[in-house]
Amino acid sequence: MLRILLSALVFIMLASPALAVQPDEILDDPALEARAREVGKDLRCLVCQNQSIDDSDADLARDLRVLVRDRIVAGDSNQEVIDYVVSRYGDFVLLDPPFKLKTYALWFGPGVIILFGIFAVFMFFRRKRDDAKEDAKPEALSDAEKARLARLIDEDH
Amino acid sequence: MKRFFYILPLAGFLLIGVYLAIGLGLDPQKLPNMLEGKPVPAFNLQALEGRDDRGFSNTDLLGEVSLVNIFGSWCVACRVEHPFLMKIKENGWVPIHGIDWRETDRKAGPAWLKRHGDPYTLAGDDPRSVAAISFGVTGAPETFVVDQKGIIRYKHVGPITEEVWQDTLRPLIEHLREQG
Amino acid sequence: MIAEIGHFALVLALMVACVQGVVPLLGAHRGHAPWMSFANQSALVQFVLVAISFGCLTHAYVTSDFSLVNVVQNSHSTKPMIYKISGVWGNHEGSMLLWVLILAIFGAAVAMFGKYLPPALKARALAIQALIAVGFYLFILLTSNPFQRMFPPAENGQDLNPLLQDPGLAIHPPMLYLGYVGFSMAFSFAIAALIEGRVDAAWARWVRPWTLTAWCFLTGGIALGSWWAYYELGWGGFWFWDPVENASFMPWLIGTALLHSCVVVEKRDTMKAWTIFLAILAFSFSLLGTFLVRSGVLTSVHAFATDPERGVFILVLLLIVVGGSFALYAWRAPQLKSTGLFQPISREGALLLNNLLMGTAAGVVLLGTLYPLFIDAVSDGEDKISVGAPFFNAVFIPLMTPMVAAMAIGPLLAWKRGDLLRALRTLWLGMALALAAGIATWVWQSGSSPWGIVGVGIGSWLAIGTLIEVAERIQLFRQPFRQSLRRLINLPRANWGMTLAHFGLALAVFGITGAGAWNVERVQSMRPGDSVVVAGYEFRFDGAEEKQGPNYLMTEGRFTVTKDGNPVTVLMPEKRIYTVRQMPTTEAGIHTLLSGDLYAVIGDANADGSYVTRIYFNPLVVWMWIGAMTMMAGGVMSLSDRRFRIGAPKRSSVPAGTQPAE
Repeated sequence: MLRILLSALVFIMLASPALAVQPDEILDDPALEARAREVGKDLRCLVCQNQSIDDSDADLARDLRVLVRDRIVAGDSNQEVIDYVVSRYGDFVLLDPPFKLKTYALWFGPGVIILFGIFAVFMFFRRKRDDAKEDAKPEALSDAEKARLARLIDEDH
Repeated sequence: MKRFFYILPLAGFLLIGVYLAIGLGLDPQKLPNMLEGKPVPAFNLQALEGRDDRGFSNTDLLGEVSLVNIFGSWCVACRVEHPFLMKIKENGWVPIHGIDWRETDRKAGPAWLKRHGDPYTLAGDDPRSVAAISFGVTGAPETFVVDQKGIIRYKHVGPITEEVWQDTLRPLIEHLREQG
Repeated sequence: MIAEIGHFALVLALMVACVQGVVPLLGAHRGHAPWMSFANQSALVQFVLVAISFGCLTHAYVTSDFSLVNVVQNSHSTKPMIYKISGVWGNHEGSMLLWVLILAIFGAAVAMFGKYLPPALKARALAIQALIAVGFYLFILLTSNPFQRMFPPAENGQDLNPLLQDPGLAIHPPMLYLGYVGFSMAFSFAIAALIEGRVDAAWARWVRPWTLTAWCFLTGGIALGSWWAYYELGWGGFWFWDPVENASFMPWLIGTALLHSCVVVEKRDTMKAWTIFLAILAFSFSLLGTFLVRSGVLTSVHAFATDPERGVFILVLLLIVVGGSFALYAWRAPQLKSTGLFQPISREGALLLNNLLMGTAAGVVLLGTLYPLFIDAVSDGEDKISVGAPFFNAVFIPLMTPMVAAMAIGPLLAWKRGDLLRALRTLWLGMALALAAGIATWVWQSGSSPWGIVGVGIGSWLAIGTLIEVAERIQLFRQPFRQSLRRLINLPRANWGMTLAHFGLALAVFGITGAGAWNVERVQSMRPGDSVVVAGYEFRFDGAEEKQGPNYLMTEGRFTVTKDGNPVTVLMPEKRIYTVRQMPTTEAGIHTLLSGDLYAVIGDANADGSYVTRIYFNPLVVWMWIGAMTMMAGGVMSLSDRRFRIGAPKRSSVPAGTQPAE
């Protein structure tokens, strides 16, 4: 029930600053707070869809935000905080998909697609050029036509 | 070569179609259990009001096979599974420990247990999701099967029903007891 | 009784569609005129029947007929009337009925207004349209019947999801469906052409108005959805690469490519097989989107209640329609002969570049959207990943930037063989101003975001480049001004259309840049009388009041905004709880200026009587909406150009075969 409730609350993210962070969560040290926001931007709110924990009103998101800040204050680096959350929830919690063997197809995909497209365009132009050359070439004569030509030349003599 | 390009859309689509078909049988929201085979994470929770235990921490889980159940008074599905948890307790099949998750009011959890029955051997209060997050919990109810050495063996998401018990949990618990 | 009429009308529509799917095809094959023109009448009959069905469902909602399951699940007697009506399509079953209604509308429109179409092509296209409809009628009648009764009738309903009780979101689905269901018509024409084995310039001209119409509505629908998200969700964001958003965006990308590709077919008799492919692809993406939303394969905030049975049905439908059309394409497309030749650097080349980049963009969005499913399937449910905004932004922006840059150059290149250097020289002013704008931005924003600079630079380049192109066309400053003015007024409407659409995109680019790169946020707890200063504006919190709405309770906050002591506006954000579903929503208080939006949100009350408040300044947001509307205006302009709605173009050029090869 709660899941339905929470997942019906729609939240957005477009690389914008943290938006659901409450005043009492904000750390006193602005540098640490900025780090917390950076980490938060990459962590998915697990009970909403495609939103970061910073963008979500959900309770679990709030708890994760607090956890992130606690760990940063305790001295973890950004990567260590992320690693901890991933160790609990898996890669699902990363909004920025990791660059691992299983996601090579994802990260290399766009490059492959556009290279394929360029290749197809190249083939398109080459085929057009070949077709045009073919059209411009005079057609070879068939045997019957050759015989006829020979006869005509003979007749001339 | 030319033919290749014309067949490509069909081939590509059929490939995607295969995955879509497989996808229909999967639940995209079911997260993997990251802690399977790993020791229970460290936690130390305060006791719930009105109960006589000292609280609940991970060291309590050594020595016997047990269930750790995440619940909350706000959770509707927990209400659904609760009678079955009571049945487990009455029959003494396996000890169940509870983590009362994300209560806003310290009295809410104990009141709920008083009204519906208390199946828990040990129970702890987790208002800030500290334990829950370290278990990788996303919703309630969720139940973990922990063996004698304190290793998490299985996670069940959702209410425990007679079926779940008979098909999955009981065989696993018996197996772990034999091994240990 | 009314519901039964609605149900019955739908069954009749199915039967009509079955006949319409067969008879005209046979008629076209045999050249039998009455059978071909049967399609016209049956398309109209189908439309009337579906409209009756839809009307009956609407009636049930308007009268709050709680003996219908669908009404009970999605309505309530205290709901305002406008939302009772929009509730008709605010759920799975009702929205499917809207889907087939629009399918029928397009069919009927072609039947009525397509007098200039050759009978065989028209008959075939309408037949295909009907066959698609058959699939969806069956889907509705077998798995998603909105007319299901319940006994005994319920006392009252469960109310519509509060998020949907909003004017923007009420009209969003109809617009969106007019868009991507509208691409079905281009699809049907493409299949008809494949069956005939022939695509010529005339075909491209006939298909264009239908494609343009669909594209216009889709642009509007997507913009509406973004606008709604922006003002409703309380964060100032407007796009989050959710799977269902992507599902509507992919058809838009392909639809845009299709519009441009049609131009090449029409003018230069080439790229035919590719254009047919795009027409099939656009609607295929629409169908894929329908599948994604309703099957439960990818959960999304937009997803309707999912049901595996429905998922299987739509997948089968998808396999038949899309698989079947791609198979037909593989078989018949090689026979489509193109004759036009052109250099890579030319107007056609630029349009081809558009297609390349748009196609890649659509492919990339598809990849990102489906990848989690791929991982899930390959690992048999063991492994889950997320693909969120970081991926999409990282990939999409580098693709779109060159495209926007090329958009300024393309219209200046000649057909067949263009002079790139000359085009660039013509655009020197654009380059200079874009550079200046970029530098100015860099200085002004003092290094906060590289994308801000790129966005402003690219947007300026496109905006000025578009204006320069018009100036060239009317020979501004090279002829007496009055002559230029006359030229301007006499410019073909399609040219106006292109200019407006391109300019509109430039405006949207400015908006997206501003909102994405430079938004400012302040979060704090405020007591009545407290003030914060955001982006030079002072926001004074005047307190909050509890009030009662028609079906909700709300806390209404009040902010007085001043700048340098001068009053600017009063913002009244709300936090609502809808009583039936116990769901909260936030309504932001927004004041729109051309330079940006002043945006205030009121949150929960704290124990000490202060309130959590969030104040934002979102720069240039309004330009996104203005840009989208300008693009739509461009589309409408093009539509109104009579040349493109009647007859085939005059072929004054010498037949291609005798042209010297180049």
